[in-house]
Amino acid sequence: MAQTITNETITYVAALAKLHLNEEDRETARDDMQKMLDYVDKLNDLDTNGIEPMSHVFPLCNVFREDCVTNGDECEAVLANAPQEEDDQFVVPITIE
Amino acid sequence: MTKEYETVIGLEIHVELATATKIFCGCSTAFGGSPNSHVCPVCSGMPGSLPVLNRKVVEFAMAVGLAANCEITPLCKFDRKNYFYPDNPQNYQISQLYAPICRNGSVTITDADGKEKIVRIHEIHMEEDAGKLVHDERAGLSYVDFNRSGVPLIEIVSEPDMRSAEEVISYLEHIRMIAQYVGASDCKLQEGSMRADINLSVREKGSPEFGTRTETKNLSSFRAITHMIENERARQIDLIEAGKPVIQETRHWNEDRETSYAMRSKENAQDYRYFPDPDLPPVRIGEELIERMRASLPELQPARSRRYQEEFGLPAYDAGILTSSKAMADLFEETVRCGANPKKASNWLMVETLRLMKEHSRDADELGFSAEHLAALIRMADEGRVNNQVAKEVFEQIFLSDVDPEAYVQEHGLASVSDTGALEEAVKAALAANPQVVQQYKEGKTKVLGFLVGQVMKATKGKANPGIVSKILAQEIDRTD
Amino acid sequence: MNTAIDKMSALSLAAAIRNGEIKVREACAYSIQKIREEDPKIHAFLTVSEEEAMKTAELVQARIDAGEVRSPLAGVPIAVKDNICTKDMRTTCASRILENFRPAYDADAVERLRAADLILIGKTNMDEFAMGSTTETSYFGATRNPAAPDHVPGGSSGGSCAAVAAGMVPLALGSDTGGSIRQPSAYCGVTGIKPTYGAVSRYGLIAYGSSLDQIGPVAGNVQDCAALLEILTGKDERDSTSVALSHTAFSASAQRGVEGMRIGLPEACFGEGLHPDIRESIYHAADLLRSAGAAVEPFKLDLVDYSIPAYYIIACAEASSNLERFDGVKYGYRSESYTDLQDMYCRTRSEGFGPEVRRRIMLGSFVLSSGYYDAYYLKALRVKARIREEFTRAFSEYDLILSPAAPDTAPLLGSSLKDPLKMYLSDIFTVSANLCGIPGISVPVGTDQRGLPIGMQILGDCFREEQIFSAAGTCERLLEAEGRAVG
Ligand SMILES: [Mg+2]
Ligand SMILES: [Zn+2]
Repeated sequence: MAQTITNETITYVAALAKLHLNEEDRETARDDMQKMLDYVDKLNDLDTNGIEPMSHVFPLCNVFREDCVTNGDECEAVLANAPQEEDDQFVVPITIE
Repeated sequence: MTKEYETVIGLEIHVELATATKIFCGCSTAFGGSPNSHVCPVCSGMPGSLPVLNRKVVEFAMAVGLAANCEITPLCKFDRKNYFYPDNPQNYQISQLYAPICRNGSVTITDADGKEKIVRIHEIHMEEDAGKLVHDERAGLSYVDFNRSGVPLIEIVSEPDMRSAEEVISYLEHIRMIAQYVGASDCKLQEGSMRADINLSVREKGSPEFGTRTETKNLSSFRAITHMIENERARQIDLIEAGKPVIQETRHWNEDRETSYAMRSKENAQDYRYFPDPDLPPVRIGEELIERMRASLPELQPARSRRYQEEFGLPAYDAGILTSSKAMADLFEETVRCGANPKKASNWLMVETLRLMKEHSRDADELGFSAEHLAALIRMADEGRVNNQVAKEVFEQIFLSDVDPEAYVQEHGLASVSDTGALEEAVKAALAANPQVVQQYKEGKTKVLGFLVGQVMKATKGKANPGIVSKILAQEIDRTD
Repeated sequence: MNTAIDKMSALSLAAAIRNGEIKVREACAYSIQKIREEDPKIHAFLTVSEEEAMKTAELVQARIDAGEVRSPLAGVPIAVKDNICTKDMRTTCASRILENFRPAYDADAVERLRAADLILIGKTNMDEFAMGSTTETSYFGATRNPAAPDHVPGGSSGGSCAAVAAGMVPLALGSDTGGSIRQPSAYCGVTGIKPTYGAVSRYGLIAYGSSLDQIGPVAGNVQDCAALLEILTGKDERDSTSVALSHTAFSASAQRGVEGMRIGLPEACFGEGLHPDIRESIYHAADLLRSAGAAVEPFKLDLVDYSIPAYYIIACAEASSNLERFDGVKYGYRSESYTDLQDMYCRTRSEGFGPEVRRRIMLGSFVLSSGYYDAYYLKALRVKARIREEFTRAFSEYDLILSPAAPDTAPLLGSSLKDPLKMYLSDIFTVSANLCGIPGISVPVGTDQRGLPIGMQILGDCFREEQIFSAAGTCERLLEAEGRAVG
């Protein structure tokens, strides 16, 4: 049996994901997630004991850059899409309380 | 307070690596610079950009790890640490959780009684630094600059093996020494290139269990660390004595007010959802590479200290102090290489330099004078061209603004007067003015010669060579006999 | 409008341009005119860069006139999916959150297109952040299937496939995370390949599921598809997962036969729930390959049913992290009203992302959260390892695996989003290739009774694109000979 998703779980996950859910959204989100978890529960039918989790499909490793400065001043380009900007900096609501 | 308490401390030290470029892009790591001038799509989290690992970061992390007696992980991997904060452009930090590059190391420190003690290192991992936030409380806004975003760090995580502020400082000094000796970092505290998070708990002495610990973040001066440890220890003991629980939390230290406060984390549940970064393949480090790196490690502090004792005949104490910072040790060797007598070079560094460093509150890696100038000064003193007093005066100028001692002495007319003709006059005057003293000398009280030397020195405004003066004085008295 | 261009393949158009029969300007003008006529009905494009395209056309023409031909597709118009960064050209991922985003740089794939003198005509519609199988989750509205406008084109590269199918452009770029090139190619009756993971750089592809995402070509036929893939592949120092393929003679391979090839038909892909017309079309194509000298036989491929749950856990987990950067600070949409930083984050993201994206972010955040990581995320990675083993086993027996690209033909608009889980299941035949990093193509092999296109998927082992193209080309030629091909 899959994990039962409670309203608290939805509230907690929404806080992690920085999503604002109203009452109705929360209901929908809970039902959706419950359905998906019930479905993916199927994975538990497959024995994976002793199997190494595979994050990369290829055994590729040691992909490096050399330590040489290749970038110039890209300030303008980096700030070009900023919703709020001042003195070459991004501006956000204050982060200290 | 009837019970005796023991403080248990573990450290997470962030050391900024001395690479030319950031950990995952070709942007410069140069300190300073106008806001967002060292940024690109990668380190500003532009959609579609991807990280590529800087080889040098791995080499530096390995070097520090090997110098700190760590095991190197054969297949180390990067993970994403997810949390939202505006200084973190992707809202995840690329770090290492599951397979950090180094594990199980140790450094030997000196405890409060001067005895050696081992502090174990749990792990060292590589990660990226965050950007900088500047706050405008009146406007209610924060300003974000990503110049520091992506600067490479290693985080050195100790076991909870320290028991006092002194041990913590000794441990930090040793870590700094290692990072400097292998060239991985300049560890400049004032630029924040070495910062520590301090995990601290207290327990009744003899108790096998640890107390509840707090974590105080981002301390970047030895002074603040010492204050913070004393303060946090007292705060936890007060809580325990009052029967109140110590809460496991993250605290922030305010050095101006010398107090700490708990950081509120209502909206930021500490659930970082770490998972392997799919954009970065692992780093495989084979035995031969480890051995090659080990063999190519520069001479570290213990070895250098030993060599100074053997090669230059310095006392263990002196060798220890000279090598406690790589900058100081390098300066010493360079001075010797410029022809100075090792013992004399060591004395200048151990006595005058340390005194002036304290007086001007300068760190060893801020020493700005050249070995040539110190060596020249030593030569001038040896040759009697400046007397001790003048030499010290000149050295202060070398220390402060790296003056050329030859030029300085000339310009300020500080050269010793050893011209016997000029001196004889001053000597005659001194003898004539002090007949009783001359009499005492003749009666065998040879000590009074010092007084006469002083008189001559005064008359020559300190520029006379006191050795020559006393020689002429003795001759003159004998002659008038 | 030069009507000679109508129905021309990309390669023959390029040849005509080289011969001087057609000017690059005319080829571009044709595409732009066609978009003006057709796109109001189809809505394949989000941005058409008319002016820039015409300017580039002149530059390319000048080079060709000077005898400098930089690729076999020089002068051919192309459309690019809107999750691939184009310098100074709007790149939205079909999301409100990036509505006005103009990247400061070109994706590696786009750089390669420009270096090969293809003409970028515009950016195509897609499911928001490539999350969907119908191109209905686009913030800017759905794309319609040119073969039957009340049906979906498939997704998430629905805009690219529809644009090619409708003849608006001869070529397009798509991206494929769980079948997002192959499934819409099948629904629209065009040819699209997802190459081996890493064969095309992901630099500049706005990430959905980083370990699964691949850019690939969409074309009107196998030869065009092969020629475009030759331009796209190559090691890129900016993508650490990029690989250099050793076998890249795709065009030559597409003309080769299949004699002696061993081809397997996984029984699990032909069971219940498969549209009978699809089964019939694939079996027919298999017969043709057999007649061309390949050994084609059914075999048992296990674990097919586990691929979708494993895929959704991995893709959503990665997506939840990849999409964290959309926070209203550096680019894109920021909510109009908020009380503080946290509120700004939450409102920006809730208003900026559509329901399907939010749903996947929620699932992904959950499976990575403390206490569930092992049970869901690591479990999925272990299942992935087993699926990869199963395919390794299959490829030790067979050079290629044939299957349908999707269990059904294109559904009606509006019929899929009501039941997300059901929509997810339509990816059943395609997701394994992404989990395993292997290449897969979809080629048109017929139509159902209603005239909706049917696509056949051909999977090969990693780096075996050449064999895939040989089989796909053979199929296409034999079907054409029968007068049965679509599109
Ligand atoms: Mg850290
Ligand atoms: Zn950068």
